[in-house]
Amino acid sequence: MTDLAWIDAALTSARPQALAALTRYFRDLDTAEEAFQESCLRALKAWPQNGPPRDPAAWLIMVARNSAIDAARRRTRQVALPTEEVVSDLDDAEAALAERLDDAHYRDDILRLLFICCQPDLPVTQQIALALRVVSGLSVKEIARAFLVSESAMEQRITRAKRRVAEAQVSFETPGAAERAERVAAVAAMIYLLFNEGYSASGGEAHVRAPLADEAIRLARLLLRLFPSEPEIMGLAALLLLQHARTPARLDAEGTIILLEDQDRSLWDRNMIAEGLVLVDKAVRHGRPGPYQVQAAIAALHAGAARPADTDWAQIDLLYASLERLQPSPVVTLNRAVAVAKVRGPAAALAMIEPLAEPLAGYFHFFGVKGGLLLKLKRNREARVAFDRAIALANTAAEAAHIRMHLDRLMRENAPDEAARANS
Amino acid sequence: MQYAILCYHSEDVVCSWTKEEDDAVMAKLMVVQDRLAKQGKLGPVARLMPTTAATTLRKTQEPPVVLDGPFAETKEQLLGFFVVEARALDEALEIARDLARANPGGAYEIRPISFFQPGAAAA
Repeated sequence: MTDLAWIDAALTSARPQALAALTRYFRDLDTAEEAFQESCLRALKAWPQNGPPRDPAAWLIMVARNSAIDAARRRTRQVALPTEEVVSDLDDAEAALAERLDDAHYRDDILRLLFICCQPDLPVTQQIALALRVVSGLSVKEIARAFLVSESAMEQRITRAKRRVAEAQVSFETPGAAERAERVAAVAAMIYLLFNEGYSASGGEAHVRAPLADEAIRLARLLLRLFPSEPEIMGLAALLLLQHARTPARLDAEGTIILLEDQDRSLWDRNMIAEGLVLVDKAVRHGRPGPYQVQAAIAALHAGAARPADTDWAQIDLLYASLERLQPSPVVTLNRAVAVAKVRGPAAALAMIEPLAEPLAGYFHFFGVKGGLLLKLKRNREARVAFDRAIALANTAAEAAHIRMHLDRLMRENAPDEAARANS
Repeated sequence: MQYAILCYHSEDVVCSWTKEEDDAVMAKLMVVQDRLAKQGKLGPVARLMPTTAATTLRKTQEPPVVLDGPFAETKEQLLGFFVVEARALDEALEIARDLARANPGGAYEIRPISFFQPGAAAA
């Protein structure tokens, strides 16, 4: 790896810790970000010459703090410390600081930063944007591109989120146990939504945006390191890994969606699957199931099937049934219906989703699944109505194209059928 | 004399490598490993999963306690390791408990291996 690539990787991975400590120190996100930016610039100058510091995060925090204090002094027209002096003092100071960073501060700082981004009164889209900007350090341009909005719109979204955070007067104290559990759940939900945003884009052309999914996995690992014995966080990390493992097989060269059962399973990322399975295994030992764990267990069953025919659909049906109990939602029932169709046939599945017609009246996947079931029951005319509705509701071009493929097949199959009927 | 070479790095950095970057590093290492293997100098090589995949068996008490996460104390030092084959975490823990009965005190960190090459250095 080149110098620059190494430094870039080190800066990125040191960012959450450094920024979190600076936020505690300055009690202001913008000041912390500016100071961190400054220290990154100095790192780019100093590290290629002096080599990497032993603890990059400690180095960055120290330089950032000094430069911010320095800037404040300049503003108050006092004598500024010469920059060289600040930097040359670092080696001694670094060791002492590194020791202090090793203790509980680290955990509290990062948690605080995540909690700030996941304020309950911030809309989820703002939470995600703020976390990507502040914790992950993605540029506004990168985030805007990922969400397919203009840079100025994203800039505005982040500014608005920051203003709300400032107005909300976030406590810089560590929250108590009950509040902490609540906030951790909010952070987990934000990470999950971020992943979904990357996994199946909610709008526009791009269907898979791997960088967002990668970032979500990175944040999930970070959260798991903070809560190493929380089975739901293990479940979350496992779920993301197991789903992301399938990304290389999800689209064909033209960008058309390939359904799970048609995917080339040799393209699945075996390392991610192995890590996901280990985490499910760890979580199960706790005997405290939760929605992320159950979803991860379902993903694990898919990952463990060498061929689609090997899939343990009965077990998947049972897992969806427990997910329905833990987290009742029409979407969960819809997913269960797919398993039920495999175990008990399409008629049973269709009966199961009938009551969902109203709550899911605007949901693309409902009509996709319904059309598929009707097709299996040879109720082609009704299937076509459902597929037409699905196309109208498709969120991405890939989704629409996938349904259109079904429709085209219907047209071909039906043509002789209808001709025969016309003749009779 | 046999030597163990233990690999340390920031897992944040290594985990953030793209697949291409990771593959490139592995390919370069493989060139060196192949050369060493031909000279009969390479024993087993293992790459471990991230510490988030780890479980620790604290054996300073009886019965030992199972803790999630990696071994985190700095007062104790890495003194050796075993590579075992187990169906899942439960069996690996079972084996670790057996070992703990023979050698109480300290801790065993149970970390899944993501890449393993048995190697063939002359014993």
